Amino acid sequence: MQEEIIFAGFGGQGVLFAGQLLAYTALAEGKHVTWIPSYGPEMRGGTANCTVVVSDEPIGSPVTKHPSIAVVFNNPSLEKYEELVKPGGLLVVNQSLITIETHRTDITIVRIPATALASEMGDVRLTNMLLFSAMLAQRPVVSLETAQEVLLEKLGARKAEMHALNLAALARGWELGREATPASESA
Amino acid sequence: MAVELMKGNVALAEAAICAGVQAYFGYPITPQTELLEHMAKRMPELGRAFVQAESEVAAINMVYGAACAGVRAMTSSSSPGISLMQEGFSYIAASEVPCVVVDVMRGGPGLGNIQPSQSDYFQLTRSAGHGDYHAIALAPASVQEAIDLMGLAFDLADKYRHLVFVVADGLIGQMMEPAELPPMQPITRRHDDWALTGADGRAPHVITSLQLNAPDLEALNQRLQAKLRIIHDTEQRSTEMLTDDAQLVVVGFGTAGRIAQTAVQQARREGMKVGLFRPITLWPFPEKRLSALADQVSAFLVVEMNTGQMIEDVRLAAGGQVPVTFYGRTGGVVPVPEEIYDAIRDLYRKLQSRPARE
Repeated sequence: MQEEIIFAGFGGQGVLFAGQLLAYTALAEGKHVTWIPSYGPEMRGGTANCTVVVSDEPIGSPVTKHPSIAVVFNNPSLEKYEELVKPGGLLVVNQSLITIETHRTDITIVRIPATALASEMGDVRLTNMLLFSAMLAQRPVVSLETAQEVLLEKLGARKAEMHALNLAALARGWELGREATPASESA
Repeated sequence: MAVELMKGNVALAEAAICAGVQAYFGYPITPQTELLEHMAKRMPELGRAFVQAESEVAAINMVYGAACAGVRAMTSSSSPGISLMQEGFSYIAASEVPCVVVDVMRGGPGLGNIQPSQSDYFQLTRSAGHGDYHAIALAPASVQEAIDLMGLAFDLADKYRHLVFVVADGLIGQMMEPAELPPMQPITRRHDDWALTGADGRAPHVITSLQLNAPDLEALNQRLQAKLRIIHDTEQRSTEMLTDDAQLVVVGFGTAGRIAQTAVQQARREGMKVGLFRPITLWPFPEKRLSALADQVSAFLVVEMNTGQMIEDVRLAAGGQVPVTFYGRTGGVVPVPEEIYDAIRDLYRKLQSRPARE
């Protein structure tokens, strides 16, 4: 098993942390993993993305042109990455902020109104957790249970008040991801 | 020590601490600043020296001074900052004091950008300061290897009383990967035979890079060259995969070598006899092993994140026996495996259409 996952959106949407949660969880499950952020002047108020490679084997390249999964948080990210997902791959779309139509028919596309849901749940910062677990529901790169444990460990006692909300967001995203009728099925 | 997810820059810093670095001097520059930040926090905690210097020129001269006192000393920077340190490198090499310098390379020339690059190869292996010498240069391709080579760098620096570079790039510096740190080494007193430790009760030691008398300077050069010959003959390091029956061998160091690995595996799955050779020491370049491979293969494809620098060393090692071709991206552009695969496939097809080698 090897998956290459790109999380992409605006700086501040939790894009890099979603990737780190995946990386820490993969390590907890004894898998090989690399995490690389986009870094540079574009990070200030601009777009941010990270690439995570998870594999059962030692990882060669930590970068890829064609990821197997892309989780896109905003319009510019959809425009960039819809084209690049491998045939048969998965595209998770933040339906709340993405107004552009998708057109690929050879990948699975799942739409989650994540930003709106996160606001309803009381904290817009839950957007990344909703999209993260929706992705896992479609492609169990790591298990949701391990991700929950790792998330609580990373939040730590200092942010105890955030524990319940984040776990609820992971559970909700998972449900939506499972229920989602993919817009296109892999060919 | 347990396996943990670590950022390359932080891993380099902590590995130096584990290796017993007693003094760090530096000046911030992207993409290596996390290394300096980690040192700023950790060194004072451990009662060791951390100084943020007023410039790279000051930092390398502070390293020079600390190294003269016989302690393990280092600095780190990125390409333009390394350019500023050149004079200090030369003084250190001439004075034969051990020190370690990390270069997390970024796009050049000029102020360039902050994206990953390998365009300091010439600077580090050829011209790391004026005068007749080479520094030792070690190039990791993963966070774990960065940790391992950091320890080796200090050991080689002490063993040869010489300047050692650890050569990474922005991608290794910024990447997080599971890795394990070595046990913390105790700080030990070294170099009482030459270091400036206070001349109470003994004749003073003298460390200088100034030799005004030409025959004296020639003698120093001959001594340096004798040392470098030993390093050249004994310290060549490399790693390879799938080379046993390879007709085409891809040569790449650091990040480029690692990305090429995925392209080589893809080519193998499609039946092409392709292997990978990854130099770990850039100087001394692992020419012995590469020369042996030149007897066996039909061509080399050199892959670098620059416009073709290491290719000169590959050509020297190949000695004109086989064609040496090049694929590279530059200016901070990181090649993806897909484009390296295309370069492999195109070259491999050309080789197939030629008569086989006797």
